[in-house]
Amino acid sequence: MESIGVLMPIPMNSYLEQELQKRYNLFKLWTAPQKPQFIKEHADSIRAVVGNASAGADAELIEALPRLEIVSSFSVGVDKIDLAKCREKGIRVTNTPDVLTEDVADLAIGLILAVLRRLCESDRYVRSGKWKKGDYKLTTKFSGKTVGIIGLGRIGMAVAKRAEAFNCPICYYTRTEKSDMKYKYYPSVVELASNCQILVVACPLTEETRHIVNREVMNALGPKGVLINIGRGPHVDEPELVSALIEGRLGGAGLDVYEHEPEVPEELFGLENVVLLPHVGSATVETRKDMADLVLGNLEAHFSNKPLLTPLV
Amino acid sequence: MAHNDGDDVHAHAHLHHQPQDLPQVLVIRPPLSFSNFQSQYSHKFQFLKAWESPLPLDQFLTTHANSVQAMLSTVSYPVTACVHCLLPSLRLIVTPSAGLNHIDLDECRSRGIRVANAGNLNSEDVADVAVGLLIDLLRKISAADRYVRQGLWASTGDYPLGSKLGGKRVGIVGLGSIGLEVAKRLEAFGCIILYNSRKEKPFVSYPFYSNVVELAANSDALVICCELNDQTRHMINKEVMLALGKKGVLINVGRGVILDEKVMVWCLVQGEIGGAGLDVFENEPDVPKELFALDNVVLSPHQASLTSESSKALCELLVANLEASFSNKPLISPVMND
Repeated sequence: MESIGVLMPIPMNSYLEQELQKRYNLFKLWTAPQKPQFIKEHADSIRAVVGNASAGADAELIEALPRLEIVSSFSVGVDKIDLAKCREKGIRVTNTPDVLTEDVADLAIGLILAVLRRLCESDRYVRSGKWKKGDYKLTTKFSGKTVGIIGLGRIGMAVAKRAEAFNCPICYYTRTEKSDMKYKYYPSVVELASNCQILVVACPLTEETRHIVNREVMNALGPKGVLINIGRGPHVDEPELVSALIEGRLGGAGLDVYEHEPEVPEELFGLENVVLLPHVGSATVETRKDMADLVLGNLEAHFSNKPLLTPLV
Repeated sequence: MAHNDGDDVHAHAHLHHQPQDLPQVLVIRPPLSFSNFQSQYSHKFQFLKAWESPLPLDQFLTTHANSVQAMLSTVSYPVTACVHCLLPSLRLIVTPSAGLNHIDLDECRSRGIRVANAGNLNSEDVADVAVGLLIDLLRKISAADRYVRQGLWASTGDYPLGSKLGGKRVGIVGLGSIGLEVAKRLEAFGCIILYNSRKEKPFVSYPFYSNVVELAANSDALVICCELNDQTRHMINKEVMLALGKKGVLINVGRGVILDEKVMVWCLVQGEIGGAGLDVFENEPDVPKELFALDNVVLSPHQASLTSESSKALCELLVANLEASFSNKPLISPVMND
């Protein structure tokens, strides 16, 4: 059988790389001194792209790969893939839903607790020797606080389930109200933010949801409100977020994603009401392996003309 | 440790300025947020503040506290038999904690002194921190936050992978009010709950282990939620920790002395256990400095029960107990000596 070329734009998981190398001809774009050259050289044999949350397949790349048949993303979010172009050219797209739902929801709650109970800040307090000079101050209780969720898909529902175990009332915003839902619906994000104490971003990133958390929303969430972003950086107007936090118009933030990863606004480094994570929503040994197996499974299904496991397009 | 209220008042003058007919409450060392408590309730009680006096404690008590009937205690100052001897009129001790290891309950019982504590008021807050510490440990939250703040994400790359919570077996040591709240929360994350307690609880379906070593051997994480007493002192020892194993993690929101701290430090440094999240220590506020160099340890300054919300509720509860005692009514949150 002719060797199938698979292009990977950036490193993402060594197990996935090893397995792809065993089964296909893996082209590691990040090792190329001249990327456009490299792509031209191998375009003839590249039939698949494996991307992730940081690098996918934009229109330019798709155009440069005339033999591209499938884009299999090592992520659930596909905002880095030009879906319209893929549809136009009949290119299949798969992602990794479900396997990472729990990890991301777990992290959302972990961020809430870390911000409200100042876990990272008080760990610093102990390590720096400050505890010997005086007690740490009172923090803010989590149990029983109202949690507002933007997007009630798999991840949003998993966050709700966990927050309910802390006796938190749940409310949400989605494009259209969900029928048969026990949680309270608000028809706008501003109204949601006005009626909750903790706001969690858990929707996909699209043209419509870019900057869905803007200055107005942050002001509505308020000086005692906490924003948790486990979606995508561009969901939140980042410069506005920085000034809202510095000026005290927003009470705190737990962030796993940023507009220009891996850059994180340095103004946030000195704030004690902020927890900053390096996009680790699905970053556990167990889940990354499950995600990798799903990518491999989708590719195998495609190249043996079987139904895809988790197709989006 | 002494808590400085910032009052420069003469030790005796403050007693003369208080109305003499208010019921007296002895405070040997101030609990956290005492200055708030004092300013809010100085119209109801006359606080005898031993730490503000230049007199040594026994003299202060003999001179000023001979007829005092109530004491507001704090976990950092044990109420021993010697203290009782100097307080012949004492009828009530209130403590702003759930824990009672700083109070000699036998001595109280034999003297007919009633004790009131915080009851279950702080249980949710403590459970929240126990869960927060576990997620932090497994998902490396504090360590990764440090990594980002040092600018290492941009320069060095992704942070090492953490470990999933779902499917982990969590052994809860002590299934009282706090332990039950921890269990309820962790079930929502897909954790499998196991427990050890003095007695098996008939109303729970979690598997019971009568032996802590066996519990540890069957757990991926041990969460210590029990009270400190003679049976639990150093209960989490080398045998338990080795049974927990190299990938096992330890969370302590009980009391520091429940685990053998020296052994725990050794296990962590040697890699015999996978990590620890600690809110309490044997000799607070001293923390073994070997822990400061470890990324698989999360340290918390005994703050699990201390939120603004519960602090407010706690003040109200303590006052309610004091007032009940002074009007010979039943206590609101009495400790039952069993």
